Amino acid sequence: MSDAAFLGMPSFPKAARNALADTQLRRNLAHATGTIRQKRADVVGELDDWEELREAGRAIKERTLRHLDHYLLQLEERVTAAGGQVHWARDGEEACRIVTDLIRATGEREVVKVKSMATQEIGLNEALADAGIAAYETDLAELIVQLGEDHPSHILVPAIHRNRAEIREIFLRAMAEYGAAAPADLGDDPRQLAEAARQHLREKFLRAKVGISGANFLVADTGTAVVVESEGNGRMCLTLPETLISVVGIEKTVPTWQDLEVFLQLLPRSSTGERMNPYTSTWTGTAADDGPRAFHLVLLDGGRTDTLADPIGRQALNCIRCSACLNVCPVYERVGGHAYGSVYPGPIGAILGPQLRGTSSEVDRSLPFASTLCGACYDVCPVKINIPEVLVHLRARVVDESRERRMPTPERLAMTAARWVLSEPSRLGTAQRAASAGGRLLSRRGRIGRLPGPLSAWTDARDAPVPAEESFRTWWRRTRDERT
Amino acid sequence: MRIALFITCFNDTLYPATGRAVVTLLERLGCTVEFPMEQTCCGQMHFNTGYQRECVPLVRRFTEVFAGYDAVVTPSGSCAGMVREYHGRVAEVSGDARLASAVQALPEVYELSEFLVDVLQVTDVGAYFPHRVTYHPTCHSLRMLGVGDKPLTLLRAVRGIDLVELPAAEQCCGFGGTFAVKNSDTSVAMCADKVRHVLDTGAEVLSAGDNSCLMHIGGTLSRLRTGVRTVHLAEILASTEEKPATDGPQPSPLPRRTTEGVRSR
Repeated sequence: MSDAAFLGMPSFPKAARNALADTQLRRNLAHATGTIRQKRADVVGELDDWEELREAGRAIKERTLRHLDHYLLQLEERVTAAGGQVHWARDGEEACRIVTDLIRATGEREVVKVKSMATQEIGLNEALADAGIAAYETDLAELIVQLGEDHPSHILVPAIHRNRAEIREIFLRAMAEYGAAAPADLGDDPRQLAEAARQHLREKFLRAKVGISGANFLVADTGTAVVVESEGNGRMCLTLPETLISVVGIEKTVPTWQDLEVFLQLLPRSSTGERMNPYTSTWTGTAADDGPRAFHLVLLDGGRTDTLADPIGRQALNCIRCSACLNVCPVYERVGGHAYGSVYPGPIGAILGPQLRGTSSEVDRSLPFASTLCGACYDVCPVKINIPEVLVHLRARVVDESRERRMPTPERLAMTAARWVLSEPSRLGTAQRAASAGGRLLSRRGRIGRLPGPLSAWTDARDAPVPAEESFRTWWRRTRDERT
Repeated sequence: MRIALFITCFNDTLYPATGRAVVTLLERLGCTVEFPMEQTCCGQMHFNTGYQRECVPLVRRFTEVFAGYDAVVTPSGSCAGMVREYHGRVAEVSGDARLASAVQALPEVYELSEFLVDVLQVTDVGAYFPHRVTYHPTCHSLRMLGVGDKPLTLLRAVRGIDLVELPAAEQCCGFGGTFAVKNSDTSVAMCADKVRHVLDTGAEVLSAGDNSCLMHIGGTLSRLRTGVRTVHLAEILASTEEKPATDGPQPSPLPRRTTEGVRSR
């Protein structure tokens, strides 16, 4: 699965059709996204300078990405000076190999993990399993996904598609297989579920010699890695093991601690709807007599340099993984995350995935079209990524790639015909008369209930309007131009 | 002030009543409106579906047709948004520097409610519309143009109107141009929620500033025989006691077909 969409994923429309029929999923998603959306709106509304903060966040990201080569070398130097070791990974496969070798060198066969998008992106757990190493997720939602042999469906709340009854069932069924079993009388009260997870995880924290994490930010100036979280499991994984390996995308770099100040305000309000997240862990290399003895930073490219080369698409690299765009997206709210076919769902996933992975798979080609361009995502993005702009840009890329195929698609033929018609007012007039005549043939009692061909997808559920008997331009010519 | 009406190809073909209403309304407010006959389309459908190259001749035509006017008015938030946000990009794609400067030199393109409130500075346009109405703020007018509550301000001043608030108004109706066909299942799911909210208001009329979104929601309202019709904002604002809005975008409920299957005139 390394660097790829989930294996064998169908295109977005097909996957969405199945998801839309899952009534439990629909209900879980509508409730969860609605709740987070409101929480975010409330805490964002408290700040008078929210727009200035967003602009500052965007500007810092843009400046850093423009000089990323400089900041990455500075980061490597500072991490190394502080006792850490930096590894460079061109792609997910190389990153997985580096991490596997590092763990093998310790002689350990199991690791604990902090919630990390980068390690999911590269399919690290699967790569480690192939090498005989068990990786245990310790974030509550990631644990639910892992125990359920499921895929994450949200960046921040990976098990958002599950409700508490389903979570209880997963815990009862699967916990014993991986360690401490769930109590037999487990109920579906959130407190009981969290307690069961705590008991299950505790022995893993205490036993693990190797911890794996990502990072929300890397401060180039000091060589410091930063993880923000809510549960405290991250703090355990970052401090208890002897060896800590962090896999981080190169775009996570910020120049200084002062820049961090902006993002530590933007991120919690945008993601969990909190003024401040409960745990912020920072570490710089290794420290004598405290925390891990060895620290490895694996810097992941994985398509980021290619993305950086695209003047419009590169803004996707501003993303701080808050998932505010998922929570406001009307498409995501209805189909959930799995239909997007990768660990990055929702609007950001639709512009990030096809750029990081390319557009060779069916699902990646369909993702830029999985949006109505309503713009709600752009409005809430804390780093002002103009997601609709990137979506239409990527649509053009998909269409331009398809032009190389000899057989034109029906859509391309239609678009070419439409361009021909719309290029001349006289042709438009002729087409209008034809549409009006055709529409009258198709209409029953003033509405069209069934259209032929691909347009039947419209009339499957919606009536279509009957083209007017007299177009506006004909009316104008008849009533106005004759008078003048 | 030389004012050009950009009717949009969509309204021209499917909803000419909206265009006629804009003319009626602006003339009532003392404006002289011109309709440049050479206009066709802003290129939005092509652009948003990924056919940017096909957009180039359409954008070129747009700049030629509307050059020299003081203002362009259009009864469509999304077409106004296309011109304002993306015509520059299309010019960039074309690599034609002259087209880029022609786009730069274009007169301001206003969505109707912006033109009324910001340019003419009227909020009471003297309309009369004695119906229960709810208003859907279309995504592009709301988020791309930022028209804010201008349409609602205009509607509130309409005499006889019973204006009711639409719950979850700012959520997209699921139209999205070719999205409605490419991702029809998701589109329909979104529209189902929009229709539920419309029905919850008990309104007789759903209004908006874009006939494309109204075609989508209206298509569902009609399919379900809900008894709610869609009327473009311009048609409500053009309506008066002397000349009420009669032919909205909704087709006449009375059968007008003859036995030969051809409409009698």
